[in-house]
Amino acid sequence: MSNTYKAGVKEYRDKYWTPDYAPLDTDLLACFKVTGQPGVPREEVAAAVAAESSTGTWSTVWSEYLTDLEFYKGRAYRIEDVPGDSESFYTFIAYPIDLFEEGSVVNVLTSLVGNVFGFKALKHLRLEDIRFPIAYIKTCGGPPAGIQVERDRLNKYGRPMLGCTIKPKLGLSAKNYGRAVYECLRGGLDLTKDDENVNSQSFMRWRDRFDFVAEAIDKAERETGERKGHYLNVTAATPEEMYKRAEYAKELNQPIIMHDFITGGFTANTGLANWCRDNGMLLHIHRAMHAVIDRHPKHGIHFRVLAKCLRLSGGDHLHTGTVVGKLEGDRNSTLGFVDQLRESFVPEDRSRGVFFDQDWGSMPGVFAVASGGIHVWHMPALVTIFGDDSVLQFGGGTQGHPWGNAAGAAANRVALEACVKARNEGRNLEAESNDIMTQAAKHSPELAIAMETWKEIKFEFETVDKLDV
Amino acid sequence: MNSGTTGDYQTKNTLETFGFLPKLTAEEVQKQIAYIVANGWSPSIEHEHPSNAMDHYWTMWKLPFFGETNIANVLAELEACHRAYPGHNVRLLGYDAYTQSQSVCFVVYEG
Repeated sequence: MSNTYKAGVKEYRDKYWTPDYAPLDTDLLACFKVTGQPGVPREEVAAAVAAESSTGTWSTVWSEYLTDLEFYKGRAYRIEDVPGDSESFYTFIAYPIDLFEEGSVVNVLTSLVGNVFGFKALKHLRLEDIRFPIAYIKTCGGPPAGIQVERDRLNKYGRPMLGCTIKPKLGLSAKNYGRAVYECLRGGLDLTKDDENVNSQSFMRWRDRFDFVAEAIDKAERETGERKGHYLNVTAATPEEMYKRAEYAKELNQPIIMHDFITGGFTANTGLANWCRDNGMLLHIHRAMHAVIDRHPKHGIHFRVLAKCLRLSGGDHLHTGTVVGKLEGDRNSTLGFVDQLRESFVPEDRSRGVFFDQDWGSMPGVFAVASGGIHVWHMPALVTIFGDDSVLQFGGGTQGHPWGNAAGAAANRVALEACVKARNEGRNLEAESNDIMTQAAKHSPELAIAMETWKEIKFEFETVDKLDV
Repeated sequence: MNSGTTGDYQTKNTLETFGFLPKLTAEEVQKQIAYIVANGWSPSIEHEHPSNAMDHYWTMWKLPFFGETNIANVLAELEACHRAYPGHNVRLLGYDAYTQSQSVCFVVYEG
């Protein structure tokens, strides 16, 4: 860089396109899928993204010369074709770690997905993946407990946990709601869940709900001899109200609370995760609003990035979709971000949409939660796809059972355990699903009726957001 | 009322994983031991009086069988534990040193 200030507009690529740059281990790396306006060279667009998401602005300014921007600037260092798409391309950008406040995914996102997404020279922009350097990961709190600690607290080993969201999602009184919880838990579920939009409405104020749910859990534990929990949703209009609800859940000796991390925001989420770590509370994370951000294949943020950010911000469970149920989710892509939640190292694997090696170090893992339009017939596929470190949540598939919640819960529990047992015996669950389920139903009239009820229900639609392979 | 669409579900007192399946036969238990061994986990046996079944800690039967790959030996230890404590629940565990957790845990004998 010349040391002479000259006012004017420069081409971004002069400073921010550096194809010879070898990224440092401490750099934060990002991969964007870029769709530029027609006629703008790829290198210029890539450099503009690097500039606008780091140190650059549209004009040269004199005060640049008071610092060393070579040290702070983001660098576009690679461009790749998007398979099967001539309009868009991938650009890889390296950001020096000192651009970001320690322990703040808020700060990272404000830079990477800030103004740059509204930039006129771009038609579309999608943040596909971030490689967080281990040095940065070590500054984040992460999950309040993690998979291993949660298993020990809840005494659940060698299988996925079973849950369900209480329905109808809105309108029940607190006492009737507690009844639905009790019925699910006495029937064999491990966990039940507040629906995301259950906060503290006039039909059921939060404090009444917490009281009745606590009684339901206590009774179900005494009667079944197993440990139980209910995700008490503490998502609220203000952080102060959120902490008030969390404190009351702790007073009631509850094991787990819940937060919506996108609508609630990363600041609230990170604060609540810290509170949970300090207070021995598990934290279930819902993801309302994610599809607004992550579903369009050319614009927004891929969910794998949101999932990584959540693991850093803190949560013990995160919804990941089901692949097989009523909600969108490509199988390989889902497996890709499920790894990011649970593993300590995830290698680059384009067939799963993983653009970088990601070292998580010793950060605890997050349970993957599969929920939304699943029923007993999906059990063999769900156990195969999600493995043991997951929570499988059957809402309608539990409470829609002809005999009610308890029988529905028992049906799911029998199906789950039959699948786990068969898997451990070396059987192929998906190929032998009919036989495994039919044999299991011989010992369980509840399962037999559930299988009859839902035998024709499938959700077979094309995935909107496919991997580019 | 249509009896096909309503049923009386009685709450069961169960013992966590596999609590909703019929008791595993000796042959089925062997397959679960084989799964533990094949994954390189350490088989272990614990027992406890049913009245204390919800405690996190049950009494260990000897030490975990580190490095044991003979399925019949593990099965024989389960039987020996059951003979010594016929009124106790006896469970089989597979300790996974990597996850520092139990990748298998289920009750083989109920007291």
